[in-house]
Amino acid sequence: MSPTAFAFLLTAPAAVPLAVAGAYALAAPRTRPTAKAFVAELTGARQRASAQGSVLVAEAPEPDQVSARHGQDWAGLVSPAVILTCGSLLAADVVDDGPKAVYSGLLRADALTAWMLLVVGAVALIACGSAPAYLAGERAAGRASVRTVWRYHVLVQAFLSAMCLAVVTANLGVLWVAIEATTIVTAFLVGHRRTRTSVEAAWKYVVICSAGIALAFLGTVLIYYAARQAGIAEAWALDWPTLVAHADRLDPAVTRLGITLIVLGYGAKAGLIPLHAWLPDAHSQAPAPISALMSGVLLSVAFAALLRYRVIADAALGPDFTRVLLAGIALLTLTIAAGLLLAQRDYKRMLAYSSMEHMSLIALAAAIGSPLALSAALLHIAGHGLAKATAFCASGQILHLRGTSKIGRVRGLLAQVPWLGALFGLAIVGLLGFPPFSLFASELGIARAGFAADGGLGWVMAAALLLVLIAFAALATRATHMLLGPAPDAETAQAESPSALWPLVMGLAACTALGIATGPLGDLLTQAATVLERA
Amino acid sequence: MNNSLFTQLLDLACGAFLLAAVVVLWRRELAAIVRLFALQGLALAAIALLLGLHEDRWDLIVVAAGIGALRASLLPYLIRRALDALVADRTRDQDGARAYTYSEEVRETEPLVNVAASLLTAAALTLLAYAVARPLVELDPTPATRALPVGLAVVLIGFFVLVTRRRALAQVVGFLLLDNGITATAFLAASGVPLIVELGVSFDVLLAVLVLQLLTARVREAFGTTDIDDLRELHD
Repeated sequence: MSPTAFAFLLTAPAAVPLAVAGAYALAAPRTRPTAKAFVAELTGARQRASAQGSVLVAEAPEPDQVSARHGQDWAGLVSPAVILTCGSLLAADVVDDGPKAVYSGLLRADALTAWMLLVVGAVALIACGSAPAYLAGERAAGRASVRTVWRYHVLVQAFLSAMCLAVVTANLGVLWVAIEATTIVTAFLVGHRRTRTSVEAAWKYVVICSAGIALAFLGTVLIYYAARQAGIAEAWALDWPTLVAHADRLDPAVTRLGITLIVLGYGAKAGLIPLHAWLPDAHSQAPAPISALMSGVLLSVAFAALLRYRVIADAALGPDFTRVLLAGIALLTLTIAAGLLLAQRDYKRMLAYSSMEHMSLIALAAAIGSPLALSAALLHIAGHGLAKATAFCASGQILHLRGTSKIGRVRGLLAQVPWLGALFGLAIVGLLGFPPFSLFASELGIARAGFAADGGLGWVMAAALLLVLIAFAALATRATHMLLGPAPDAETAQAESPSALWPLVMGLAACTALGIATGPLGDLLTQAATVLERA
Repeated sequence: MNNSLFTQLLDLACGAFLLAAVVVLWRRELAAIVRLFALQGLALAAIALLLGLHEDRWDLIVVAAGIGALRASLLPYLIRRALDALVADRTRDQDGARAYTYSEEVRETEPLVNVAASLLTAAALTLLAYAVARPLVELDPTPATRALPVGLAVVLIGFFVLVTRRRALAQVVGFLLLDNGITATAFLAASGVPLIVELGVSFDVLLAVLVLQLLTARVREAFGTTDIDDLRELHD
């Protein structure tokens, strides 16, 4: 492939969503001065002022407006399609020719980049595919004005752009900037309802994540300092391949401090202890497609950053340092997640804690660090992203249907909405780690690698499996409670629209396909794991 | 500039930088806290300027000017405006109770840790920063890296402000102190991060403050106060 084409493929995943965001921002109707818009604003403000669960009047939209809205909602699918296409083309190229960098090392593609791009693209496709149904529901409930819908689209596209930039850059400073940018653009998506709960969630989200990730920047600064002292030139001192190549020259004491800060900081964004408190709040308050994106890929994009730093740390300090650090954090996170899953009464929060459970499994796999563990971790990132995105999008539709997120008040989903109920149930089954979903294969891989590893990791793995079993029981009983039972009397079997369900079907199908055979992705997965174990 | 003068001026700027953070813990008026934050921004710009002059690097001098513009004027101005908006909002709502609301919204009336204990904690955190930074100084003992613990101390104090202050805007200042501390560490350790990263970080911080400013208004709208301790709707 020519260098220009390669540069284009690397630039497009970050640039196209940004361009789409810009197009949305420019195309947004400027209706502010008109009387009608003013009235709409006023009623919107009144509705906001009234209590959250109040009954609202739905207005019948005009036909041409409806078609325009459909176009507007579906246009968001352009970016996931571009990300997926670029991801697969890059994957094909990288598997054959090895990693390549463009723009003097600013952007770089290796197998891990391609793998993460594919995961981001697939999950974004599910989330953006579910957005039209979600927005239609919000409009019907009178909670979405024209302006909030446009703002939603702009922010989602900017969010995708920031995540892709974090994946394709090789500069650790730019990586930090991109991950911090995801916090900023998602803040208003978390708090878009302006109710007390969502404002609270947004505040906690921004403060905890920004402060947490500031620690990661301090860590980055310390690594930069160590690299400069090791004689690496200014322009290359934050370049990941350079740092990996010269990691043995980094001062161990400074690197140790820096890596600890980085693990804490990016760990905050990946939902790991001790700065995990934002996660259940933000995931439960954000719109369903945003929860899907945040849980499905934002956590793993932050974790992929950690995986890259792990390579540097292992080369500079030996594997024991990150092993102890990551295994400890993983076990603590797993304990908290399992404990809170047992006490959970809200199904969106339940899914959020399940994300923490899965992220700690991935952290444990990173702690083990053998080739098997690393490829299992990467497969787990993909499987968890797909299954969790499906579960979150389904939970958003359940929330629209029943108007409550309390598990105790939802019964008989299978009787009322057989398709949606079945898809939600299957997604939970996937998250529980049953075959044929890919989480079965990856959890098995992580467990095998854990028991094969020396140095007490077998015991850690045994404890982790016990905790996973607790989480399993909690998740299974709650999901059964929601799915089974008689349908509520007032509204029996409702018509289900296929347009709302195809993204969910696709997500589960992809998750199943990955579980049965990785096919052409197998080479990519092996190479991505090789990128991470070179120490 | 000769070496001893450089060292003395640098130590002076770093001292002012640390002192501003400590005095933030002492004052309760949010307006005073914002002024102190602006002063700290000036001290930070002075550190960058001194390093630029010492190493004869024009790009550092330009960065110093940018940091001064952002952290000593633009960010304090934004927080100040948010503060004024809160006060103006409240007085428009209930004109008679102006004096009362004045003390309510613009003061950190009851921090979770009182002032005396906060100052003692700041001293302890500074000692901790010196202990933690020992390997950093030993790696390359120059006048700049010897002052490096000051940056880490401000990071820790910023975290402390973030955790113990209850007013939304005081927490924003805590976050910015944290960020100032990191920037100072970057300058003292390695004369700053590469320009593209510095630009990205400044842009992110600016956007984060804008977001937090808007969220403060929304917290006020939804809860009727900016006391973050009242945000207790979400729990397990």
